[in-house]
Amino acid sequence: MAVANDAVLPPREPSLAARWGTTLVRFARRQPIGAFSAGVLVLLVFIAIFADVIAPYSPTRNNVGESLISPSTNHFFGTDQFGRDLFSRVIHGARISLYVGLGATFGAAACATILGAVSGYLGGVFDYIVQRFVDASQALPPLVMLIAILVVLEPSVTNVIIALAARGALSLSRVVRGAVIGIRAFPFIDAARAMGASTPRILLRHILPNIFPVVVVLMSTSIGGYIVAEASLSFLGFGVPPPTPSWGGIMSAEGRLYMIVQPWILVFPTIALSLVVYVMNMFGDALRDELDPRLRGSR
Amino acid sequence: MRNYIVARLLAIIPTTMVLILFVVVLIRLLPGDAIDVLLEEQVRLDDVSRAELEARLGLDKSLPEEFVRYTLGTLRGDLGNSIFTEESVTGLIRQRIGVTMTMGVMALVVGATTGVVIGIISAVRRNSLLDYFLRSVSIAGLSIPNFAIATAVIVFPTIWWKWSPPVIYTPPGDGIWPYIAQFFTPAIILGLSLSASLMRLTRTMMLEVLRQDYITTARSKGVGEGTVVMRHALRNALIPVVSLLGIQVAFLLSGTVILESIFSLPGLGRTLIGSLTARDYPVVQGLTVVSGLLVILVNLMVDVSYGVLDPRTRTE
Repeated sequence: MAVANDAVLPPREPSLAARWGTTLVRFARRQPIGAFSAGVLVLLVFIAIFADVIAPYSPTRNNVGESLISPSTNHFFGTDQFGRDLFSRVIHGARISLYVGLGATFGAAACATILGAVSGYLGGVFDYIVQRFVDASQALPPLVMLIAILVVLEPSVTNVIIALAARGALSLSRVVRGAVIGIRAFPFIDAARAMGASTPRILLRHILPNIFPVVVVLMSTSIGGYIVAEASLSFLGFGVPPPTPSWGGIMSAEGRLYMIVQPWILVFPTIALSLVVYVMNMFGDALRDELDPRLRGSR
Repeated sequence: MRNYIVARLLAIIPTTMVLILFVVVLIRLLPGDAIDVLLEEQVRLDDVSRAELEARLGLDKSLPEEFVRYTLGTLRGDLGNSIFTEESVTGLIRQRIGVTMTMGVMALVVGATTGVVIGIISAVRRNSLLDYFLRSVSIAGLSIPNFAIATAVIVFPTIWWKWSPPVIYTPPGDGIWPYIAQFFTPAIILGLSLSASLMRLTRTMMLEVLRQDYITTARSKGVGEGTVVMRHALRNALIPVVSLLGIQVAFLLSGTVILESIFSLPGLGRTLIGSLTARDYPVVQGLTVVSGLLVILVNLMVDVSYGVLDPRTRTE
């Protein structure tokens, strides 16, 4: 039989890189704003990582001789009341914002996934108790709960992340739990149980992969909120302690008198913060529409 | 409907217990030297012994004992006393809650009306220039934090016109109009920051409802477009908007904390910040419990209002 050998070979799988490339192009075509936002985010991560190289001055060194200078070629954004270069402080502020935002997002998502999955899968008394904790955390105004935690833990970058992640984990866990309850009803879970799979195995191998898109969407839509929360806390003086440059801290109430002389102290951090939050929201929305169309319009 | 309300009322009990557990445990998580710091730093505690201060903080009792004591106290309306002035926390809250409620209600009215009205306009004029404009503004509004806007509202008029919003509090005794007027600026800032997400949800729900068959039926009967939108569509579209409003009350109270401190208004939020700075923990505990209870009560009212808005829940 003269059948060509290659006829029985399966079609060549595209390489992993090529598949990722196609996915990215498709995402960019369907979600142009989302793709643009992703680009800005990459740029921001770049700025945050290389803040030391980009910033012309130290963000924390005082120079009283040069206080409250207007924007110029020496100081792009001017200086604050202590003569610190505002441009350098805003650049370094990106690092704090992204660090806190990403830290809180990953912390919250990890805890929410474990809590929500176990609570939703087990049900019963455990689920009931966990859900009452979620109720209570949602009844507390976010800022009140965060400040209460931070006063006990003492404000620091790590503790801000812990406080944000703790609150985030409780409220996100409810969405994860809902998704798990939906999946628990599918016959393949019964099948796994009938075959003698243990509860941890079912959770890890069968439930977790199925709720993964939900978790990714939750992460991408919540990160902007964490960044604003950090800025609000630092603005009120309960977040990242000075002199560490945080966007909320730069425009905090103590500097308000100086803002009347030099309003750029207020303007530049506001622009930076709003831009990041805008871009995060747009990217999160686009990712949500791509991954989970059912959630569309829920916000 | 009555069973539904009773069930919702009963559901408050465990949530409130967790809330109280949170504030009781919180004090116990304070680092060991926090008491020493308090005794050393606070002149007002000079003639107070360590044991007495621990008793004032409820640290002399075991956790279950303190939990039961605090719960029973809350039921009687007794949230303990300030560790410095020994003033009752309930009395303090009673003095200050009016400011927060006035500002909160005003912000809610501003937020709900602008959000819903713009949402309807945006949905009815879908994909028009006006729709794009309104949606862009609302997304921008979602992105600019309210404390930045509030600071700008104080800073820029001072620079440009040498005028700044008054930051001296006028009590309601000095006339009702000056009292209300001082809340306009903060309430509008807070309300607009709430309205963005309300607008987006109203628009989505209106578009969803306007697609339904019964709307086509109403139009084909010859009902005017205004009646179709306002009477047939809006009522159904508003149900999820009302539940979002309930969720937003927690965020509204967060906002009052920020705006009360910026505009120097002596409400619960500013009291919270003040007592935290002074480390007056019983006041912090009381304010935390009360703000949680406020949110729980508003959400209860929202759930009950479904019965009015949506007749289906009445029969279930």
